[in-house]
Amino acid sequence: MSILSVKNVNKQFGGLKALNEVNLEIEAGTVHAIIGPNGAGKSTLLNCFVGRLDPDTGSVDFDGVSLLGMKPHEINQVGVSRVFQTPEIFGDLTLVENVMIPSFASRDGAFRLNGWGQVADENDVRENAMELLEDVGLVEQCDTVSNQLSRGDKRRLELAMCLVQKPKLLLLDEPTAGMARADTNNTIDLLKKIAKRGLTMVIIEHDMHVVFSLAEKISVLAQGTVIAEGLPNEIKGHPKVQEAYLGGAHL
Amino acid sequence: MDAFLLQVLNGLDKGGAYALIALGLTLVFGTLGVVNFAHGALFMLGAFCAVSLQSLLTLERVVLDPEKLTAWGTPMEIRTPYIVEWFGDFGMTLIDWSVPLAILLAVPIMLLLGVIMERGLIRHFYKRLHADQILVTFGLAIVVQEIVKAQFGANPIPQPAPSMFTGSVDIGLMLGFAENAVVYPLWRIVYLLFAGVVIAAVFAFLQYTTFGMVVRAGMADRETVGLLGIDIDRRFTIVFGLAAVVAGVAGVMYTPILSPDYHMGMDFLVLSFVVVVVGGMGSLGGAVAAGFLLGILQSFASMNEVKSLLPGIDQVVIYLVAVVVLLVRPRGLFGRKGVMES
Amino acid sequence: MINFNVKNKDHMLLIGFIIVVALAPIIMAPIGGGYPDLLQKFAIFGIFAIGFNILFGLTGYLSFGHAAFLGVGSYTAVWTFKLLTMNVIPALILSILFAGVFALLIGFIVLRRSGIYFSILTLAFAQMSYNLAYSVLTPITNGETGLQLRLHDARVLDGLFGVTRGEGLPSTSLFGMSMSGWSGYYFCGVIMIIAFYISIRIFRSPFGMMLRAVKSNQNRMSYTGLNTRPYTLAAFVISGMYAGLAGGLMAITDPLAGAERMQWTASGEVVLMTILGGTGTLLGPVIGAGVIKYFENIFSSFNDGILMEAFSWLPEFLQHAMVSVIGLFVGEGWHLTLGALFMVIVIFLPGGLIEGISRIGNVIRRWRKPKPLPTTEADTAASE
Repeated sequence: MSILSVKNVNKQFGGLKALNEVNLEIEAGTVHAIIGPNGAGKSTLLNCFVGRLDPDTGSVDFDGVSLLGMKPHEINQVGVSRVFQTPEIFGDLTLVENVMIPSFASRDGAFRLNGWGQVADENDVRENAMELLEDVGLVEQCDTVSNQLSRGDKRRLELAMCLVQKPKLLLLDEPTAGMARADTNNTIDLLKKIAKRGLTMVIIEHDMHVVFSLAEKISVLAQGTVIAEGLPNEIKGHPKVQEAYLGGAHL
Repeated sequence: MDAFLLQVLNGLDKGGAYALIALGLTLVFGTLGVVNFAHGALFMLGAFCAVSLQSLLTLERVVLDPEKLTAWGTPMEIRTPYIVEWFGDFGMTLIDWSVPLAILLAVPIMLLLGVIMERGLIRHFYKRLHADQILVTFGLAIVVQEIVKAQFGANPIPQPAPSMFTGSVDIGLMLGFAENAVVYPLWRIVYLLFAGVVIAAVFAFLQYTTFGMVVRAGMADRETVGLLGIDIDRRFTIVFGLAAVVAGVAGVMYTPILSPDYHMGMDFLVLSFVVVVVGGMGSLGGAVAAGFLLGILQSFASMNEVKSLLPGIDQVVIYLVAVVVLLVRPRGLFGRKGVMES
Repeated sequence: MINFNVKNKDHMLLIGFIIVVALAPIIMAPIGGGYPDLLQKFAIFGIFAIGFNILFGLTGYLSFGHAAFLGVGSYTAVWTFKLLTMNVIPALILSILFAGVFALLIGFIVLRRSGIYFSILTLAFAQMSYNLAYSVLTPITNGETGLQLRLHDARVLDGLFGVTRGEGLPSTSLFGMSMSGWSGYYFCGVIMIIAFYISIRIFRSPFGMMLRAVKSNQNRMSYTGLNTRPYTLAAFVISGMYAGLAGGLMAITDPLAGAERMQWTASGEVVLMTILGGTGTLLGPVIGAGVIKYFENIFSSFNDGILMEAFSWLPEFLQHAMVSVIGLFVGEGWHLTLGALFMVIVIFLPGGLIEGISRIGNVIRRWRKPKPLPTTEADTAASE
């Protein structure tokens, strides 16, 4: 069953056609990677999933609901979470607070005027947050201000913030960009662990090592069009992909 | 038609002042990325350069004349300015022309003040939050204003224009309207021409000099210019000094229109900020256009016909325009896309 | 585990706060502040700053127009005195309500923008209100003279409850208790304690946490499924209501409302109080308000005569020099001190007095506890 269905999506910026008749089906419970050379339209496509951009034509349906015209927070409320390329966290807040906020968002909705209740009484939310921090290996630092984390740790925190919401779909924008090798491997292990729980993930990634370690299905985007789609093995040998991606060099 | 023309003209001189202040504000914001709440204080300091020069020129020697007696029977005081004593009629002319002459005084003073302000204070706030920049310059504005108040008192100090410019011209008559329909004070024409010249000079400077090119490049993309190995810091100081000079000379020339007092800077600052926002943050042309536009709009709003239709509109029209612009087109009328739109 | 046990700390803070408010007349007496008028001012501006801090301290939205809500509160209170009753309770309730509605209307528009645009928009609205109060709205505000009580005011409720009309102008009261002197101070003090308690609750609530998230990263917030606009609007309205309450209390202590309370310099003052004490801290704004109002009171009463006396021990020429320099900062020149203070705080102590106190505390702790490290090193060396 497909959970995210993208049909005939077009997006133009001035004279540049960023997306050209893109069709994409994301199967529930799979890890789907979108790869492609720089400027292929990967980020534009991702932005169409989360409400930052609306396509000019075409449709984006998530779990039977159209995402077009929805605001980012509304899209999150129907079950789509996103990890950014540069970690977007609440830098002035402590780690545990960072994870509690999304937890409140899933529990209480987009807005709740809860000015009289006390955070200190929200034991279940806190325990939930601590569990997630445990999962990503940051539980020791739960009371540090998150600005002080390393870049890799920030990204893991962001992942915990997304996971605490129990999303139906998790979007990851280059989750290992700028990471050292060891950190990258840690992240891959972590994502594998999460994938095993049956969470649907869409990953945009440059690093082929990451892609082939994680992805169950791969779509290749070049110049705004999907030029190939299939299992990792099929993509590896695909001539069109090699041409578009590396100008003929072998992957 | 003649009433229309009169309102346009009336709006122009205030618009000229707004445009000159807003020009400096937006120049500083565009290049240095600093929101300067003390810019109005620079306008006010310029005005007080004129006041200082006048009081300097009119320093008097007091002689008691025993021959003549006052009504109380005391010897009459004969007061002669030193400068008249020394130079005779030429001295009289100097006093008469004290306002335009003050420009010669204001340019170096304002340049110096601008450089000191940038080096001593503003520089340390490039990387701080906009809120901090607003707060610290707001504090500075209060300090400057209070020092001027302590020095010159709280009351407005009238500054006469040179006698050859004190009258008015009947512009309406020249254009074929009825007599006395469109009468316009001569000094305001001078002020308008002056504002035009200053604006043109600033634009020419930015357009045709290498320095100006770097500054414009810096406004477009500060980081890249810094990467090119250009000493952007020194140029920023000069830009700030330039903005201070423009505000200062605008203040000098405005004194015959509005007698300067210590809080005129604040009054003009709030409005000039609105002008900058309407024109578009960081857009020089926008600041000038919006300055004149809002000046004229305000003058129309204070017509009795308009006021009877919409009571109180003259008090709020500028703010209303700002609110509408910010809500409908937050980057301002002439602002570049993406500049401070959030 | 995490120290979420802030509740006890907050209770201690609140109890300490109540004790200080109760004993303020005694505490302040030695430094010349132990009289009701001044303490009342502390309380009123304390409330104003506490409310402002809920907006600026938590969400980071810097409003330059909060004095407008203070003005609305004052006008509402005086009108309640004129039309309904001299009892202060209805006046306060209506002040809060009207200021809240006004804040809701304005906030709805200005919160479409953030950062510097928000500041300028609030400034624009406050100036508009101020200008209108002086011109078109004169029937409501009585223009430059200010809104005052009159002998023949309706006072419908007082009439209904058979309050006898005296010869002179009536004075405000709480069910017969006069609102001047010490009872006036303690009334304001109790209200400030309530206001402070509410602010503690908001700070510690999930809502308060969301407001801090707004300040930290709005982008992440919306991708986390939170709608930032209603959160900021709620904070704006709450702080507007605090300002309205402060305005109402001002009218209680002196039943006269003027437009100058709405001027943007008045808005600037509450900003200063908040940053002086410590933006985003619970106690900071109250301390800031107290310090500023105290020094305003002391400094503006100084004149050259007093200064000459104070420096009479100096040689004469030095005495004159000192007096003329310091004279700039006191009396009429109090605002100069205020502006300079503003700059000094922003430049050197962005965290305000609270940060300063904790820094001094750290220094003292380090100084009192000599480093234990060398001894252990010596011990290990000895054992080897």
